[in-house]
Amino acid sequence: MKYVFLFCGTAADQAAFDALTPDELRQRYSQVGRWFAENQARLGHGNQLQGPDTATTIRFQADGKPVVKDGLFVEGKEIVGGYTEVEVANLDEALAMAKSWPGRGTLEIRPVIEQR
Amino acid sequence: MRSAPTPAATALAEVFREEAGRITATLIRRFGDFDLAEECAQDALVAAMESWPREGTPARPGAWLLTVASRRALNRIERDKRYDRKLAEVALEPRRDEEDDRLRLILTCCHPALSREAQVGLTLRAVCGFTTAEIARAFVASEATVAQRLVRAKRKIALAGIPYRAPSGAELAERMGEVLAVLYLFFNEGHLSTHGTAAFQRDLAEDATWLAALLSRLLPDEPEVLGLLALMKLHLARSDSRFTESGELVLLADQDRARWDATLIAEAITLIERAARLGRPGPYQLEAAITACHAEAPSFEATDWLQIVVLYDMLLALAPSPIVRLNRAIALWKVEGSAPALHELEAIAPMLDGYHLFHAAHAELLNDLGRREQARAAQRRALDLTENFSERSLLEQRLFR
Repeated sequence: MKYVFLFCGTAADQAAFDALTPDELRQRYSQVGRWFAENQARLGHGNQLQGPDTATTIRFQADGKPVVKDGLFVEGKEIVGGYTEVEVANLDEALAMAKSWPGRGTLEIRPVIEQR
Repeated sequence: MRSAPTPAATALAEVFREEAGRITATLIRRFGDFDLAEECAQDALVAAMESWPREGTPARPGAWLLTVASRRALNRIERDKRYDRKLAEVALEPRRDEEDDRLRLILTCCHPALSREAQVGLTLRAVCGFTTAEIARAFVASEATVAQRLVRAKRKIALAGIPYRAPSGAELAERMGEVLAVLYLFFNEGHLSTHGTAAFQRDLAEDATWLAALLSRLLPDEPEVLGLLALMKLHLARSDSRFTESGELVLLADQDRARWDATLIAEAITLIERAARLGRPGPYQLEAAITACHAEAPSFEATDWLQIVVLYDMLLALAPSPIVRLNRAIALWKVEGSAPALHELEAIAPMLDGYHLFHAAHAELLNDLGRREQARAAQRRALDLTENFSERSLLEQRLFR
């Protein structure tokens, strides 16, 4: 099964991250690096995203006309900060992998519609 | 008060719950498709409900149900033109231990990636052999709503890749937490509710106890399963004395202890001791031990309150909650008197301000200490909340709404 992990967080998560000392930050990055290394065989394409203030939204009106606006498409609490594809046997394996994620915040797991 | 189901309905319910889980598990094993297996097992139960009262119960009801369910499954597969592929799987699949399969079934139905109401619905249908109509009746919901939730849940199992497996070790212990919560929810729905009056209504409390007993055989070394089973037996032992003839609640202090079922209480205590020997205490074991202290006491006054305070302390260390602190404060009152209990109670006041029993206990303690005016205010607050509470809790506890 193929899944996408969406790494999300709230403004409070971001503030907690910004408050890390340089030492804690180094430690966090090394834990995250280790997680990616350990799971390399199961990971597909993925990226970390620039912050929400760099987002641009295009909303299509009922008549199909696109309207461009600055910012996120919803001012929700959770902001997607990155994503990665994951290839594992089933949801239990995906959950085990997600639970070992050393970052904080929220992780959403979505199955991918696979083209056969 | 609940009116008793007819003997025929009880016999049918017993056959269904013995066979439903086995048949669903067998079909999943044969066809590798949870949704198909669950639907066809359900079809067979519905067919039995129609034909058995008319034509008599077959000599081997399990074999009858399995034959009908298998035939349905094959028909559907043929219709879906997946016949060849599935037939090959049927031939290759080795037979496995049946009991083991029911454990896998229960764990899959109670997977943490499913909502609690989906877990409840799936477990009742696939494991206990409830029909959708029976689930709807038990939870006072419409049949269409329940059916829709079940469809959505099975869609999620298939699309999200929820596996049909029983984990082991730490993962099993974690997953058991979900299963036990579902069972206790069934039990409480059956035990505490007063809406079960239809003669054909299945007794959820009895089904929950049956399921806990099954789990205790499948997982004899899981102490929390034993603890939950003991807790259920202790509640059942006292259920007849909990209500008056006219259906009013009788408080523990006023219950006629001679009417408590001594056999069930003894069985529960044996289970608690067996669980304790496994050396892994948990919330259900502690709840059961506390309830056993009450069940063993010759009177309300002669209850071993000190032991209860100690058990609540252990429970708080494992699963802290303001309600547990309230119960501990009441036990502390019996051990150390009103002043220390009041001190405890006031510490949790902000968390329980909307809970009528908090204010009722507060009123009693204040009264005990001669603070009559404050006691009257607390009593008023308790009464105000009680009216809303009984209505609200009925609404809030209804799943599928």
